[in-house]
Amino acid sequence: MAQALDPHAAIVTEASGLAPEGALKTADGQPLARALARSSRRARRRAFLLVLPLLAFILITFVLPIGQMLQRSVKNDGFSANMPQISAWFHANPRGTEPDEVAWGALAADLKASAEAKTIGVVGTRINYEMAGTRSLFTSAGRKVRDGLAPPYREAVLALDEKWGDPKLWSVMREASSPYTGNFYLAAMDRTRDAEGNMVQAPEEQRIYIRLFMRTFWLSAVITCTTFLLGFPIAHLLATLPMRKSNLLMILVLLPFWTSLLVRTTAWMVLLQQQGVVNDILVWLGVIRDDQRLQMIFNQTGTIIAMTHILLPFMILPLYSVMRTINPSYVRAARSLGATSWTAFRRIYFPQTLPGLGAGALLVFILAVGYYITPALVGGSSGQLISNMIAMHMTQTLNWSLAAALAALLLLGVLALYWVYDRLVGIDNLKLG
Amino acid sequence: MKRILILSSALCGLAFAAQAAEVNVVSWGGAYEKSQVEAYNKPFAEKTGIKVNMIAADNPATPLKAQVEAKNVTGDVFDIEVSDAIRLCDEGALVEIDPASLPAAPDGTPAAEDFLDGALQDCAVANIFWGTVIAFDGSKYSGEKPSTAADFFDTAKFPGKRGLPKNPKRTLYLALIADGVAPDQIYEKLSSPEGIEQAFKKLDTIKKDVVWWEAGAQPVQLLADGEVVMATGYNGRFFDAMVGEGKPFEIIWDGQYMDMDMFAIPKGAPNPEAAMEYLKFATDTQRLADQAKYIAYGPARKSSTALVGMYQDGKTEMAPHMPTVADHMKTAVMDDPEFWADHAAELTEKFNAWLAAS
Repeated sequence: MAQALDPHAAIVTEASGLAPEGALKTADGQPLARALARSSRRARRRAFLLVLPLLAFILITFVLPIGQMLQRSVKNDGFSANMPQISAWFHANPRGTEPDEVAWGALAADLKASAEAKTIGVVGTRINYEMAGTRSLFTSAGRKVRDGLAPPYREAVLALDEKWGDPKLWSVMREASSPYTGNFYLAAMDRTRDAEGNMVQAPEEQRIYIRLFMRTFWLSAVITCTTFLLGFPIAHLLATLPMRKSNLLMILVLLPFWTSLLVRTTAWMVLLQQQGVVNDILVWLGVIRDDQRLQMIFNQTGTIIAMTHILLPFMILPLYSVMRTINPSYVRAARSLGATSWTAFRRIYFPQTLPGLGAGALLVFILAVGYYITPALVGGSSGQLISNMIAMHMTQTLNWSLAAALAALLLLGVLALYWVYDRLVGIDNLKLG
Repeated sequence: MKRILILSSALCGLAFAAQAAEVNVVSWGGAYEKSQVEAYNKPFAEKTGIKVNMIAADNPATPLKAQVEAKNVTGDVFDIEVSDAIRLCDEGALVEIDPASLPAAPDGTPAAEDFLDGALQDCAVANIFWGTVIAFDGSKYSGEKPSTAADFFDTAKFPGKRGLPKNPKRTLYLALIADGVAPDQIYEKLSSPEGIEQAFKKLDTIKKDVVWWEAGAQPVQLLADGEVVMATGYNGRFFDAMVGEGKPFEIIWDGQYMDMDMFAIPKGAPNPEAAMEYLKFATDTQRLADQAKYIAYGPARKSSTALVGMYQDGKTEMAPHMPTVADHMKTAVMDDPEFWADHAAELTEKFNAWLAAS
């Protein structure tokens, strides 16, 4: 297929098709078809070499990390790799089998081997992800079994700590005995597994991720709307004002765009905090009393205000680039045919801005969904987004598998929206500038 | 061509030689890092000729784990919290440290007896003890001033916003202390669902008045801006603001949460010998006492306490600002790394769910 699209290749096929016997020759006696094919191959190779750096760059910095992240979200061999004997027992015996003496013996041997290899912490951490309070069970057992355990193993292990007999623990160990698991995705959707391995909802006070996903998408939608409401008139002004004035206005739009994100976020903190500029002015004007200062930051309001400001240029610029190409005579024609200014705007002008609007909305929304630093700084407790939770699992609880699962779900959500957008508006209509 | 080859290999040799004579220390930045540079790094470089590179991290345990996992370790010595030290040691990421190899106290007491309880772990050696304490702006109160953890939760008596860290570790214990739980029963309480509920109930009473902070510098800033009237934070940072910048802050030592910072060396460190030498030098009696000259954290050696003198300004006696003074230890809650290794994930999830439910 690729060959047929290549003009050189087409000539080659035709040439060879036309004269299979007495083929045309080049000056140095080579068959023309082969010479052509070689030269086109060389051209292709050169073109490929030109894009090779970019390809390698994308592979290394984009495809590989994302692939690794996706793999991490389903793979965690912390238990299976370090506890081989008991893992083998789990594979040989179906769920529901009572652990027999062979199982207890395998567990005792694995604990000892793992403690000696200093990997018992990894094992405990893996089990602790799904059953809180079990990490110390493993590490303390690891410290005690260094001298080895004597049969009967069931009694010997239970003598270390009777928690080892908990059926839930055995169920979790069974889950962890295979390196690949979907349990991190379950956890990312506030689900867990009970002692029988059935999927159940996490306890009420631990359900958080679904709520945060919803909040993230909701806040992103609100921010997209506010950037549209604020950005549309500005983009229109930019596109219609005389050059001199619109240039000045453009600088005003771009200046914050070129300023560091952190500076802008902290500036909002200075403005909006309770002892900040806005509150001071309101108190001075007598609008509010000194003890009634408004809480405008460290909550959802702060997140919306700061993120709207930061993402505004991403809405204005695509809108502006589309509006500039709209021929003003269409609207004039509509007015001359008797349309009111509102009708002319609604039926003629606005539909023509849709490609820019689509691009701006998609850009702002996708950026907002993954935003991290601004909500972390000004979000307080009610303005936190799912990305803050991902960061927490990356840096604090060090549960990278769960972080990866959450990130993968976020990615999936964005891809789904992209698909919906493609279906509704068509991705070809997107105009970024 | 030959000459270039010789020249370049000579240069390479030089580069390697230079590399051998340095050690990369990953620490927490800020006033704390400065104290380490002054008390450890400068005398160490002077004595051994080994160059010390300081690298700042939000929490050095995070790059440590990342570097060990990626098998590309660039730091030699990491300044980490005790819970991370134990966990990373169990996971086999750290080099074991023999207490017998550490220098003895000046009077000959072996290191194993000279360090405070818990300061020597299999793979890490503590350098300082530090407290998370409540501080308030003294100039905001003309009458009675807050003096206990319970006052922190009493917004009727002491109105105004409170600054608290956005994590369960340094909030739940304070709620329980304020609710009248004895310091030695905190972890027992937090192991039971009822105890956790009790803590969250107490936190509920001030939830709407809390400004949450994440980085250690924030509570000081929040207090200085007047954004909050009381905040919990690290005692060294408050001390810095009080003595260094003359802010009118006062500290409530009731219900302080005590942590250690420890030095650890990862497996596969680029300069293991220099790292070990640095670790031994930095945790000797004189160096630990010297650090108190620059920051109000308590030395981890008993023999250092007597040597703690004046602050670098030459007029502030450091002893009353030390979290390790007997008076300040009365209602102190010691960090329990085992407990947090088991329950950090679970309690963090509950804490975040509690936060989000507003």
